[in-house]
Formats: sequence, structure tokens, C-alpha cells
Amino acid sequence: MAEPLLHVDNLGKRFGGFVALDGINLAVQPGERLGLIGPNGSGKSTLVNCMCGTLQNETGSVRFDGQIMDGLPANKRTHRGMARSFQLPRPFVTLSVAENLRIPLLFTAHSRGGRHLSKEETENRCHELAGLVGLAAKANKLPRDLTQVEMRKLELARAMAADPKLLIADEAMAGLSQSEVDEIVALLIKMNERGVTIIMIEHIMRAVMAFSQRLVVLVTGKKIADGPPQEVVGHPEVIGAYLGQ
Amino acid sequence: MSVELLINAIIAGLLLGGFYAAVTVGVSISFGILDIVNIAHPAFIILGSYIAYIVNQTLGVDPILTAIIVLPGFYALGMVVYQVYYQSFEKRGQDALRGLAFFFGLLFVTEVLLILVFGVDYRYVQAAYIEYTWHFGFMDIPFRMLIPCVMSLLMVGLLQLYLSRTFTGRAIMAVSQDQLALQLMAADPIKIKRTAFAISIATASLAGAFLIVIQPVEPSVGREYIGRVFAICVLGGLQSLPGTVIAAMLLGVVESLTATFSGPSWAPAVSFGFLLLTLAFRPAGLLGR
Amino acid sequence: MRAFYFYVSSILVGGLFFAFARWLGNDYLFFAGYTVLQFVVLATAWNILGGYCGYVNFGSAAFFAMGAYSSVALHKLAAGVDRYFPESLVGFAKLILPLNIPTLIIFGGIVSGLVGLGTGYLTLRLRGAFFAIATLALAVVLQTLIVNWDFVGGSRGAYIIRPGEVPILGSYIQYLFLVMLVLAVVALAAARIIEQSRLGYGFATIRDDEMAAEACGVPTLKLKLIATTMSGALMGMAGAPFPYYIGYLEPSSAFGLAYAVNSIAMPMIGGTTSWVGPLVGALLLGIIQQIATVTISSAINLLIVGLLLVGFVIVAPKGIIGLVQDFMRERASDKGQPTWRSRLAIFANMRPGAR
Ligand SMILES: Nc1ncnc2c1ncn2[C@@H]1O[C@H](COP(=O)(O)OP(=O)(O)OP(=O)(O)O)[C@@H](O)[C@H]1O
Ligand SMILES: [Mg+2]
Repeated sequence: MAEPLLHVDNLGKRFGGFVALDGINLAVQPGERLGLIGPNGSGKSTLVNCMCGTLQNETGSVRFDGQIMDGLPANKRTHRGMARSFQLPRPFVTLSVAENLRIPLLFTAHSRGGRHLSKEETENRCHELAGLVGLAAKANKLPRDLTQVEMRKLELARAMAADPKLLIADEAMAGLSQSEVDEIVALLIKMNERGVTIIMIEHIMRAVMAFSQRLVVLVTGKKIADGPPQEVVGHPEVIGAYLGQ
Repeated sequence: MSVELLINAIIAGLLLGGFYAAVTVGVSISFGILDIVNIAHPAFIILGSYIAYIVNQTLGVDPILTAIIVLPGFYALGMVVYQVYYQSFEKRGQDALRGLAFFFGLLFVTEVLLILVFGVDYRYVQAAYIEYTWHFGFMDIPFRMLIPCVMSLLMVGLLQLYLSRTFTGRAIMAVSQDQLALQLMAADPIKIKRTAFAISIATASLAGAFLIVIQPVEPSVGREYIGRVFAICVLGGLQSLPGTVIAAMLLGVVESLTATFSGPSWAPAVSFGFLLLTLAFRPAGLLGR
Repeated sequence: MRAFYFYVSSILVGGLFFAFARWLGNDYLFFAGYTVLQFVVLATAWNILGGYCGYVNFGSAAFFAMGAYSSVALHKLAAGVDRYFPESLVGFAKLILPLNIPTLIIFGGIVSGLVGLGTGYLTLRLRGAFFAIATLALAVVLQTLIVNWDFVGGSRGAYIIRPGEVPILGSYIQYLFLVMLVLAVVALAAARIIEQSRLGYGFATIRDDEMAAEACGVPTLKLKLIATTMSGALMGMAGAPFPYYIGYLEPSSAFGLAYAVNSIAMPMIGGTTSWVGPLVGALLLGIIQQIATVTISSAINLLIVGLLLVGFVIVAPKGIIGLVQDFMRERASDKGQPTWRSRLAIFANMRPGAR
């Protein structure tokens, strides 16, 4: 097998005495579409936070694109090509939708050997991204004028704006209508076809099954299953974890 | 340097530290538990000092007794301040900048008002015990330090009991950790926070009386306490009252030693330097990880 | 084009005031004008960190005083060249000392900028509230250091004998006024340039949500350090000519609470999202205070500032500029055509996001 794009090794994280992540091992191949599921509070978002440098893990290490990420601040990891959306959208509230999308373009797009985009290119790219998630008409609105669903779309588009090698979408689709979910899944698959590796965290099983090539299940901070989606959802332990709730 | 001087300095420092615990406990509640950066707390303390002073001057009532009597007034004041803070800043969302400016403005306005009314002269109170000192061999224990220290430890102890044993007390502790758990306890977080903040301001009444028993007071004395209060609060681990007492004693001793051995002109730098060092190297507190 | 208008109009306004005051032949106007301009610089400097990044600096007085005391130190050095320099260097030292005001300003800027960088480095990794508290502490620690440093006069203070005359202008205070005028324009220009640049966007993301900013690749720590350094440096530059203005500098005047309060109150009252706010706030409060010190006591003066600060943060969190913008937006949305109000709004650099 090729060198994995992302390699998480024995990752552990506690909050006070509470063990949120307990020795997680995970390898993601370049170009993969990975689904990450688990009951509420199982540590999915915490795993993302540790991988992306938003939180500091206590044990274990994260390797991305052949480089050790441990100790690097989140912005450096984004520069290396990891981008994520937040589960609870965190837009920049005093900046318009277009300006929100401009931030990763200004601060990240040039980071991997590229050059700074020209003013015009930046503008075009902002509007293209807003269009991709259906926010073109609201490009000049402030986040407070958006609905919760539009906020999620902005969150996803902002992560995409960083032009990542690995995109992590943390529950980007909660609350969306069926057709919108299909749209976003199609969008993510299209991105993946252009070479972006994607980790999708989702509770909407229809979207997970449509999207994932591989499925990882987290329960109370432990990885309990990892494999082809059909197999994993039939796994007795996984069924137990979900029904046992 | 003589051993006697050293021991006396340490005793004075511990007594001072006990008093510092009373000064800080309000901030441990407002900043540590409620996450409200009430830098105006020292101004409320000075207000307490002046009330104790006025009553002492006009009616001759003991300052600490006065403080206990006006406690409900401070409690009410605390509720009002919290209500304004909540309506104007907390409810509108994450606007830390303006909340800080608000408290800074309060600090400043209170100080200037006191200056306008009382001028910048030092004021002091009269009470029988203030002149009295115990002597054990070479050790001196002045009552003007001992009484505030004992009363203050008593107050912190009672607060600790209140926070750990009563329903409201536990709810207050829960506010800082888990809003959801609070709702499960069927408590209204705003009401709980208002109560907690009001308690924190109420402690300022007593701390103010202690202060004016220990030393003469003028309006800008309050500012010296900002550094102390936050240094102790952070060093004590923010929300732990026992931690606050330990940190307060530590700072008291350090200050007392500096004042004894290198002169009073360096004293202001001690607490603030302490604070800077704490923030730089031990932001999780003395007992924190 | 807008930049051009900005420079032309600011120089025009300053120049007109200068000509008017000279024509009246009233030196008091220059003294008062200097103080107001000094507050323009302080408020603008504070706003670079406070308004743009959302980090409150309570220690403006400390940065201002460090600038002032760096001038005092250099002044003392110049006065005692023979004592402080080894013989071989005396000739050289006499050649460059005493330094002129613009050089002192640069020195003051460097000293205070470094103090800002140091404070930021120690505390900016922590939550914003800790930074604010640290700056409060910083002011007291630095004041104690100065009080105990005899070379710059210690607690007794230091006399600075300023030259009575300068070439061309004649009066020294007029010279100082012009220097401060240039400094104010420089500070405003810096704030303007930041606002419209990548740096300004980075600052705004820090103010809004640091965690999200990091995730978008914004190097928040680095930007915050840039902001504290710039803000501190500008405050130090405002302080550097101060000993020459006041003639006798003591720690309690250099570290005066009035500086800390005004440099917060002015941007807060004017409005923090653009460079216009601190300018408006500083002019307004500065002029009120200049008039008020003549007529009423300085304590009442400060009380007014404090009450205005508290009132504004509660009632009008966006400041005067915010109020004006809301008013203009209402009017502008009536008709589709640009009006003088909407033009003014554009001149006031109303970014789509800045509200
Ligand atoms: N900052 C924090 N402090 C303390 N506990 C935390 C913190 N963040 C998360 N936790 C706890 O860690 C556990 C895992 O949380 P996490 O958000 O990773 O779950 P999740 O799998 O993303 O759940 P969900 O599906 O609801 O998003 C939860 O029990 C949560 O309460
Ligand atoms: Mg989650």
C-alpha cells in the first residue's frame, strides 16, 4: 500500500479525568473517502480537533503528508493541506460571506509553493465557492443574516477555500433537506474526484452510505470498527453500540 | 538579617495573606467561576472602606460590624451590576471587549467620585482593638492585622461550605462547568449567576472594612489591589477557594519579606510582578497541571 | 484616489489650524492642540490592538511613559556626555547628542514596541482577559521601576530644559505641535493601510473567532504580536516628545490614569471598527477636556470621560461612527442614488463587514 496521507497513531485525549479519546489508530490513504460515525459524545469532533491542532493531544502522534504534525499550531497544519469545518459553525461575524471565504484564500491558498492570488482571482474564487454551496445571492450578507443551514454551507465552503489535500467535514449536513444533502454529497464526491481526500463525519446514515468508501466507528473514545461500509454497519458490536444507547 | 526580623516578617505576611484572601474571594467567584472579568472589584472594596469610615466617624460603630449590616446593600448592588452586565454584554453574545471596558469604566468612575466627595486624604477608622498588640517574646501580633485575618478566613470558610454543601452553592459551581447539567437541576443559569455575582460583590463590603482597619485608605488605593487580586486568583487556580487562600498567604509573605528587606518603594512591583510571572509561567495556577 | 484625499485633507485641516493659531498669536492653542493630537495618536494606537484584534490594553499609560522616559534617558545622557562615555567616544557622542525630536520619537517607538512585543509574547497565548489584566500589571511594574531609577529622576522627576527657539518657526511649542500633527497623520495612515490590507482581515478574524481563524490558516499569534508591537510603538512615539512639552516629567504624570482611560474611552466612544472612530472620539473628548480643564476641575473632567465610556459601551456599542452609519444607511436605502451621506459613508471607510 502507498504511504498514507494521514496517519494517526495511538492518539489519546482527556478532559480532566474524562477519557475522550483512547488510543486511536487510523490511516487514511490519498484520495480516499472515509466516513467517521459514532454515537453522540463518542469523540469524533475531539479526534478532528486533535488532528487539526485545535486541541493538543496528550499521547500519540499525527503524521500528515509524510510530516509529523505534533506541536504544530493549527494554522500551520492548514497550510500543509488539512482543512476542516466546525460542527457548530464559527463564521467571522463582522465579515460578509464573501469575506469569510476570502480569509483562507488570503492566508492559505499560497502556502504550498504557490503564489498569492491576485485581487481579481481572489474575488472570482470567492464567488465561485459561494456559488458551489448555493450562497451566491448572499455573498454580501453578514453571517447573522444567514439561516442555520446556510451557516453550515458557509462553514463547508470556507474549509474548501483553503484548497486542502484533506478535507474534514464535521456534520456539515445536519438540518439540511434531503435534496440539499444529496447536493452536498455530490459536491464532496466531485471534490474527491479532483484528488481531495475527504473525511466525513455524519449522523445521516443515507449520506454516509452514499459517500463512504470506508467506514470507521468510534464509541466512547475507542475505535471499534474500520472497514467497508456494508460490512461495518452489519458488525454486531456497532449495532450493539447504536442500539444500546 | 536577623532571624527575629525574618520570623516577624513571615507572621506579618501570613496575617496580610489572610486578609488578601477576603479581598480575592469575590474575584475568585466572579472571574474564576462565572468568567466575568470584574476588574472593578477593588473599587467596590474601597466603597466598602468608605462606608465603614463614614459610619465609624458619625456613629462610632465598629467598621466590621458596619460591613455586616450593609452586606445586603452590597448584595443588591451586585445584582444590579450583573443585570446591567447581562443585558448589555452577555446576552448580546461574545463581546468581551466592551464588557472589560464597562468594568474599567466602573472602576474609574467610582474612584473619581470618591475623590470628588472625599478628596485624596487618607481616611482611617477608630476601634478599640486597632491599637492593641500581642507580644510573644520577640513576636508581635498586631490586632489590627489579626482580626481582619481571622474574620476573613472565617468568611472564606463559610463561603466554601456554602458552595459545596447547599443546592444553590453547587449550582453556582456547576455554572462554570456545565450549563446543561444546571438545566437538568432545573435551575435558571441567569438567576444562579446573578446570585453568585451578588455574593461576590457582597464580600467586597467586608473586605473593605478589613482594609480600612489594616491601613488608612484613599480612593486610588483600590488600583493597587487589582494586581494582587488577580495574581492571587490566577495563582490559586481561579475557582478554588482553598487555592485562593494558599496563594493569598504566599503573596502576603512575599510582599512582607520584600517590604522588610528591600524597602517599601518596591512593594507595588511585587504583586504585579508576581501576576506577570504567574500569567507567563503558571497560567493554570499553582496547583494546576 | 481615496488615499490621496485622505492625505490632502488631513494636511489641509492641520495646516489651517496651524495658520489660524499663529494668526491669533495664541500659544495656548498650540498647547491645547498638541494634547488633542497626542490623544489622536494614542487612541489610534490603542484601536489597532483593541478595535481591530479585540484585545484590551489597559496599560496605554505605560507605553506612553516608556516613550517619554526613553527621551528623558537620552536627554540625561546628552547632558552628561563627559561622565557617561569613555574618553575615546566622547567626541562622537557630542556629535550626535542631544538628539532631535524626530529621532527621539523613533527611539521611543522602538522601546515601547519592544515592551509591547515582550508583554504580548508572555501573555498572548492565554485568553484575552489575561492579556488585559497583564497590561494593568505592566503599568504598575514599569512605574515602580522608573520610580526607583535615579538616572531618570526617580520619584522626584526630571527637569527637561527645552530650547527656547527653533529656526524658521520661532516658538518651540509650534514646532512640537507640527511634530505631533505629522505623527497623528502617520498613525491614522498606518491604521488606514492596515484596515485595507491582508493584515487587517487577519486582525478581524482574531477579533471574531481565533479558533476559526487558525483553522483558516491565519497565524494568530504572529498577527497578535505584530498588533501589540505596532500599537505599543505608536504609543511610545506619542510619549517621546512629552518631556519637552511638559518641561518637568515625574512618574505620576507620565503614567497618569488619564492616558489609560482616554485611550480606551476615545475609540470606544468614537467607534472601533475603522480609523475614523478613534479620530472622532479623540477630537471630541480631547477638545471637551481642553475646554473643561479651563472651566472645571480635572477630576470632574475625568468623571465625564468615565461616565461617557460606561454609557457608550452600554447604549451605543458601535460608537458615534456606528450611530452615524446606521442613520446614513437608513437614508441611503431610501433612494438608489448615492447621496452625500452615502459618499461620506464610503469615505468613512465603511467596509461591507464593518458595522
Ligand atoms: N472542551 C471540552 N471539555 C470537556 N469535555 C469535553 C470538551 N469537548 C468535548 N468534551 C467531551 O468529550 C466527549 C466527546 O465529545 P465530542 O464532541 O468529540 O463528541 P462527538 O463524537 O463529536 O459527538 P457529537 O456527535 O454530538 O458531535 C463528550 O462527552 C464531551 O462532553
Ligand atoms: Mg461532534
